Amino acid sequence: MPTKPELMTTPEQSAERPLMEIRDLKVHYELRGSALARLVGGEGETVKAVDGVNVALRKGEVLGLVGESGSGKTTLGRALLGLVRPTSGHITYGDLDLARMPQRQLRSVRRRLQMVFQDPHAALNPSMDLATAIGHPLRIHKLVKSKAEARERVRETLERVGLTPADQFLDKLPAELSGGQKQRAVIARAIICGPELLVADEPISMLDMSVRAKILELMLELGRDLDLTYVYITHDLATAKFFCDRVAIMYLGRVVEIGPTEEIFADPKHPYTKALLRAVPDLDPERKVPRDLPRGEIPDAAAPPHGCSFHPRCPFAFEPCGWEARDLRAMFERRWIRLGEDALAREEPLVGELTEVDAHEEMVRVRAGGRAAELTALLEEARADEPDDPLWKGVERIESDGGAVVVRFRPGIDPGLLRVNAVDVACHLHDPNLSHDH
Amino acid sequence: MATVTQPMPGPGRTPVKGSTRVVRLLRGIARPYRNSHGVGRFMLVTGTVLVVLMLLTAVFAPLIATFGFSQVAGADGQRFMNHAEPGAEHIFGTTTQGFDVFSRVVWGARTAVTVVLLALAFSLFLGVLLGLIAGFVGRWVDRVLVMVMDALFALPALLLAIVVAFLLSEYVGGGASTAALAITAVYVPQYFRVVRAATVSAKEQTYVEAARAMGARPATIMFRYLLTNVIQSVPVIATLNAADAILTLAGLGFLGYGIQPTEAAEWGYDLQRAVSDTGAGIWWTGLYPGLAIVLLVMGLTLMGEGLNETMNPAIRVRRLIPISMPELTAAQRTKAAQVPERDRPGQDRPVDTGGEDRNSREPGSGETGKGGAA
Amino acid sequence: MTEPVISVRDLRVWYGSERGPVRAVDGVTFDLRPGETLGLVGESGCGKSTLGRGVLGLLPRGAKLAGEVNYEGRNLVTASPKAIQRLRGPDLGLIFQEPLTRLNPLLRISDQFEETLRTHEPGLSKQDIRHRSIEVLRAMGIPPTRYRAYPHEFSGGMRQRIMIALALVLRPSFVVADEPTTALDVLVEAQIIGILGDLRRNFDTSLLFITHNLGIVAEACDRVAVMYAGRIVEQGPVTEVFARPQHPYTRELLRSTISLSTTGLHYIPGAPPDLIEPPSGCRFHPRCPSAMRVCPEQFPEQVEVGPQRVECWLHGPDELVPEGGREPLVREEITVADEA
Ligand SMILES: Nc1ncnc2c1ncn2[C@@H]1O[C@H](COP(=O)(O)OP(=O)(O)OP(=O)(O)O)[C@@H](O)[C@H]1O
Ligand SMILES: Nc1ncnc2c1ncn2[C@@H]1O[C@H](COP(=O)(O)OP(=O)(O)O)[C@@H](O)[C@H]1O
Ligand code: SF4
Ligand code: SF4
Ligand SMILES: [Mg+2]
Ligand SMILES: [Mg+2]
Repeated sequence: MPTKPELMTTPEQSAERPLMEIRDLKVHYELRGSALARLVGGEGETVKAVDGVNVALRKGEVLGLVGESGSGKTTLGRALLGLVRPTSGHITYGDLDLARMPQRQLRSVRRRLQMVFQDPHAALNPSMDLATAIGHPLRIHKLVKSKAEARERVRETLERVGLTPADQFLDKLPAELSGGQKQRAVIARAIICGPELLVADEPISMLDMSVRAKILELMLELGRDLDLTYVYITHDLATAKFFCDRVAIMYLGRVVEIGPTEEIFADPKHPYTKALLRAVPDLDPERKVPRDLPRGEIPDAAAPPHGCSFHPRCPFAFEPCGWEARDLRAMFERRWIRLGEDALAREEPLVGELTEVDAHEEMVRVRAGGRAAELTALLEEARADEPDDPLWKGVERIESDGGAVVVRFRPGIDPGLLRVNAVDVACHLHDPNLSHDH
Repeated sequence: MATVTQPMPGPGRTPVKGSTRVVRLLRGIARPYRNSHGVGRFMLVTGTVLVVLMLLTAVFAPLIATFGFSQVAGADGQRFMNHAEPGAEHIFGTTTQGFDVFSRVVWGARTAVTVVLLALAFSLFLGVLLGLIAGFVGRWVDRVLVMVMDALFALPALLLAIVVAFLLSEYVGGGASTAALAITAVYVPQYFRVVRAATVSAKEQTYVEAARAMGARPATIMFRYLLTNVIQSVPVIATLNAADAILTLAGLGFLGYGIQPTEAAEWGYDLQRAVSDTGAGIWWTGLYPGLAIVLLVMGLTLMGEGLNETMNPAIRVRRLIPISMPELTAAQRTKAAQVPERDRPGQDRPVDTGGEDRNSREPGSGETGKGGAA
Repeated sequence: MTEPVISVRDLRVWYGSERGPVRAVDGVTFDLRPGETLGLVGESGCGKSTLGRGVLGLLPRGAKLAGEVNYEGRNLVTASPKAIQRLRGPDLGLIFQEPLTRLNPLLRISDQFEETLRTHEPGLSKQDIRHRSIEVLRAMGIPPTRYRAYPHEFSGGMRQRIMIALALVLRPSFVVADEPTTALDVLVEAQIIGILGDLRRNFDTSLLFITHNLGIVAEACDRVAVMYAGRIVEQGPVTEVFARPQHPYTRELLRSTISLSTTGLHYIPGAPPDLIEPPSGCRFHPRCPSAMRVCPEQFPEQVEVGPQRVECWLHGPDELVPEGGREPLVREEITVADEA
């Protein structure tokens, strides 16, 4: 049962109205199934790119969205600007709800909400010179009367972002610029209309190391001078730590931990945040990244794990984390990686076609073809081999039922955000009702 | 994520100043000629020369042609002889009807160029516009347009042209514009397909999303952001289609559905009239219009293929640029003390990598080996 | 000390361009010992990838190569393309950045392994092939049950690990890895670095690890070579170089890296030079905060400073520095936008 997510407001901040408030935001993408499946009326898969996010953006802050690829950062950022239509939820901006505004009206709001893209090369029209490209927003929103005025404003903005002398850059095509210069041009285009909110989607990840600091500094300066609010999307914790006031850690479409940067980095609460922080390679050759990092990779968002979506990788997972049949399959795969081909040859026929074990259920029934006892023994052996595997905490019973073996899992609970000190974290470890030994 | 590796804008890439647009346009036109090499360059240059010659003929036809295209009598009012052999007065001879073959060929160039230019303009306009709309809007608009275009594309070109010419001749008459429209119908689907495909992929680009994020309207996105980027491959197709269009026009004329002889001189019509002459040993009435068709079609084809070769990255072979790499002096080499005890008998000679075959080895310094042929 | 697996001497790789040769690699010397990992770092466009490919003889048409790449007593620079082709795979391996484009999407993983092993070790039985492949895949954390899957059934990180497995199944003694983790997430990157770290223990493979992430070098490499404008300007043991960088470029590069302990931003002004007309003398002089009068005049000598080899007049032999050469260099200001 997800606990009611708290809104991110503490008493001293609630006096000021947030710049933007995101409530229960969901963005689901329909994956097109095969033509036949659609004919028959079967639904295609849906990818839950953003699945119930609650955040309040304060004026003037830098909010970091941090997470691995596919965690829904970009989708959330695009939804904030109305570039994707949310499946449900609200995005309150002033008196407007961006989540249900028609495109026509959204266009005029976009003046105040802007975006900086990951790949500066792709974000500029290759056949438009800088003067036209950067001045275009002004003309779209009719903020200038003439071409000359637009050019003058572009010149000022180019100076503002450090592309000096501006006259040298006005007539250049994107192809004539270096990566860092292109990103400066993209930033110039984003600020020329005087926006309030800038969503920066990995603005430095495609740039060379030595250029990153320059662009970050520019963004800091602009934020200060133009009173911008930033949503800074990144998978790089080091820059997030440096750049952000608050950080939201995302995993599979949800915010799993959110709070002030110092607190999150000093005392990460969610096992995923902890893992991310430990995985960042350090400049000190003496300090090595630990080896016991979460196994595997972020799962397919079209079929997210049951319960806490981090549980298949979580080293601290326990009873209520949402164990299911797929976890058994993963356990056997890990076992065979460890034990090798012989074990695979011996045990695979017993376990049956692994695809059967792939079901997304709290109970699994393996027809062992008259070898139920052997299979039960194998499961017990696997448990004895790796008794610390969190999976075994989730296995309630292994019983035989006629010719089949039935494995029952403990019921899973979806973790909701809980307030712990100044951060909100979605993990059962921090729920006093669930966690006894932690 | 991948680092953007971009060669630095160095001093050699001089910043463009002043009327940059014009300069860029001119450079854009000159680029294929500068970048091409080898067979591609030969095709491009030969084709261009042929096409330019034909264009000049068309433009200056009144000056070049000795007579009018339907003139059957000299200035003195005396009728030309029918089937006169090539000679001083009629350098290519005359036809059954007493037309001057040379003049008809020259005027025919004008007709061909006019019709093809008109047809190209029409079909480019329609094809690009519809392709852009179909690709950008998608949904049912796309489906309907694709269906119509596929149907048009499925019909044999000449048959389609004949049907259109036949239908139009009722209203527009048998002039150049009818022929042009008939040909237009044939080529619209090609532009449509190419532009639609390019639009479908270009609209997923970040710069299109950036334009949306700026608040641009769909029409603005289509014409300011997509158009310039989806018509890159159009010049090549247009040139190749022009060659094809010449043949279609001649085909129409040959079958009698083209331009009426009273409206303009047309090679296909002349060829058709010449068919019966060949049996009688009269070769000049057929040879010259035929040759004109062949030359213009060849010119356009060569130019199109040449452009394709230099502009299509998939088949382009980059010109190898000679590199002169002097041998290191003893002082420049890593000091022997820092090198492990290994005999190094003058092994640091520059070597060309000729891709798979790296046989061309270069002794000593100075100029380069093979593969550097400009 | 053991004999190096590969020793590169005065290697130069130049590309042709309209304006003259691009000196992408211009006189590079280094050794790699068995089981050693050498990190190659530097800004974009300094010639790291070119060096990696040049060592393996995998250069585009028209590039020019000079110098020595000594491998088992043979100079690969002058060896015939056929001979190098035979070495590639069983002796020399390459791991690319984009794994999806390098795996044949139409072939099962098992087929790709079979094909690789068949070409280079024709004597193997089907059983042996399967066994060897599964063993390597297991070392990379790919379950044996997925042996017959297609590339698209794997995630990005798994594909990269499969690529590594594919390079290692032939047990090459020298592998070039060109930014193998750049497209991956932190957690996956950490896994792959761990795996590459195990390489030297389990396979005794020497690795030339190209990256622009200094953190990864600190993590995974024994020695590091810092490349600037086609030259290796400093090389030495990672611990030494990171603790006591001797070349100003190394120092600046380390300072401008943003890490979890960063409290202020720092960067190197300007951008790496155009390699067609690199700056005279020391190529770093237009951007070097310690530049002296001698720097643009003369090419710096390579000198040994402790365990490091450095190419900088700060350490240069004093007898070669002319009168007044140690005075600070007066230069024009570099504008902010003048960047790579
Ligand atoms: N247009 C789309 N159609 C279908 N699925 C999509 C679409 N865009 C994103 N997704 C899916 O939604 C999920 C979240 O994607 P998103 O791009 O927001 O992730 P991200 O956190 O920004 O990742 P990255 O770090 O790779 O940029 C992924 O599983 C992705 O495959
Ligand atoms: N095929 C090529 N032809 C011409 N120049 C090239 C080619 N490949 C790379 N270069 C140039 O060589 C230099 C070094 O490139 P590269 O080796 O890719 O550097 P890095 O890997 O350090 O980023 C750059 O200036 C680059 O533009
Ligand atoms: S709820 Fe907490 S402990 Fe349980 S799996 Fe998720 S992160 Fe791990
Ligand atoms: S040689 Fe001079 S310019 Fe070059 S790095 Fe050393 S001090 Fe700086
Ligand atoms: Mg993203
Ligand atoms: Mg590279």
